[in-house]
Amino acid sequence: MTEARPGQWQYNFAFLDENTKRMLRRALLKAVAIPGYQVPFGSREMPLPYGWGTGGIQLTASIIGQHDVLKVIDQGADDTTNAVNIRRFFARVTGVATTSHTTEASLIQTRHRIPETPLRPGQIVVFQVPEPEALRTLEASEVETRKLHAHQEYGLMHVKLYEDIARFGHIATSYDYPVMVNQRYLASPSPIPKFDNPKLDMSPALLLFGAGREKRLYAIPPYTRVESLAFDDHPFSVQRWEQACALCGSHDSYLDEIITDDAGARMFVCSDTDYCQQQQEGVA
Amino acid sequence: MSQPVLSVSGLAKDYGNGQGCFDIDFELYAGEVLCIVGESGSGKSTLLSTLAGRLRADSGSVRFCDRDGRQHELTELAEAERRRLARSEWGFVTQHARDGLRMGVSAGANVSERLMALGQRHYGQLRETAAQWLEKVEISRERLDDRPSAFSGGMQQRLQIARNLVTQPRLVFMDEPTGGLDVSVQARFLDLLRRLVHDSGIAVIMVTHDLGVARLLAQRTLVMQRGRVVEAGLTDQILDDPQHPYSQLLVSSILQA
Repeated sequence: MTEARPGQWQYNFAFLDENTKRMLRRALLKAVAIPGYQVPFGSREMPLPYGWGTGGIQLTASIIGQHDVLKVIDQGADDTTNAVNIRRFFARVTGVATTSHTTEASLIQTRHRIPETPLRPGQIVVFQVPEPEALRTLEASEVETRKLHAHQEYGLMHVKLYEDIARFGHIATSYDYPVMVNQRYLASPSPIPKFDNPKLDMSPALLLFGAGREKRLYAIPPYTRVESLAFDDHPFSVQRWEQACALCGSHDSYLDEIITDDAGARMFVCSDTDYCQQQQEGVA
Repeated sequence: MSQPVLSVSGLAKDYGNGQGCFDIDFELYAGEVLCIVGESGSGKSTLLSTLAGRLRADSGSVRFCDRDGRQHELTELAEAERRRLARSEWGFVTQHARDGLRMGVSAGANVSERLMALGQRHYGQLRETAAQWLEKVEISRERLDDRPSAFSGGMQQRLQIARNLVTQPRLVFMDEPTGGLDVSVQARFLDLLRRLVHDSGIAVIMVTHDLGVARLLAQRTLVMQRGRVVEAGLTDQILDDPQHPYSQLLVSSILQA
């Protein structure tokens, strides 16, 4: 399907031109060298709108090679619109193999989740990030937030957590939960549920974050300390469910609540479709 | 007497068109309130911003003595160090409370912010400290979770004081803190301020155009005109026996009640 038909215009491998890819790789090298630091880059116009994963696509395009096996997920699922389209896009412009199995993938582009199956060394996860600046809702000025990062003044972030506890009795931030990377830079883990935050810590895989509209990328290299912020008397905790997954019976995956009819009947199922599939096959 | 908290000599900030402040000399000791009075455009706020390091001085020196007795030359301080001092050793109270407060978060979060910036990470303790400070500035502790936008102007200004004093700074800059308040609220505010300054022994530099404020609070006063200090001395002396024609004009313009 990747063979150019006669007369059909042929894109460069992975859509972006080589100079753009080089620019992105240089920015990525800097990002890996300074874990959690937001590196500006020249975000390109992509064939999908901002907010649909233009940052993630550009990172993937800059690092994908002919022998890579690509997996794309959206909210954990391999079969949602965003995931299907991005996977098809790369299949078309690179011809690389694609998969829905976490274990087979060498490169995983994701929106809002980290796969349940533990990552292994050598894998790369690319996150689509809408707002790379964790402090943005509290401080509107980019000049100021950069200074706050430079001087490591992160008291402001705790103001938000304080406010959560004052209003709801507990830290109600449930996704995009701020983390401290390598005990230096405050970073947004992208809107993954805080359930996935512990997977960032000492991850064997390389984690790359791209924000296309905001033109920033950052990275968490393998085996880097990533700490979720908290108070001494309100420690960090993740979501827990009373139910098990209705399909695979898993007790330790992140569950989505699905309403099944107009009477309000509902069921809880794994958000990670690949993991759910594996569990079902394992049980069966 | 111990070392001055702040000693200023020959300080100048020139905007290039004759505006700014020039040849400023004074010393400020712990527990002392210094008022800078003068009309609009006389360079009061420029002086305050220069002292606080928000503007770069063109010449002269400003020496600050921190709580460990170390001297810092503020005109040559690196920004990181200046911000550290601003967090831990100084306070800045602005004329409009909404410039100095975070209007989107609760009063408790406003008071606790500086403590969290200094590394306090115990929610229960932060909350208790914030509640105590609200009471110190005569705001009921029931208002801890209310946003400052639900407060009156006087309360906002008192909240700003609490937010600044919670880390027990050595030096507080105030830029017309009573500017937007009506007279009765002003009187209570000044009363409170005098008590807090007396109890905590902080040094205050306050810019105002209101000589009444100076009389109530300040031991010493600088009178500024066109960027220069035209008269300096004990507040009572200046108010009762002004020497410079401009000071005489200022004093005679106070309405006799």
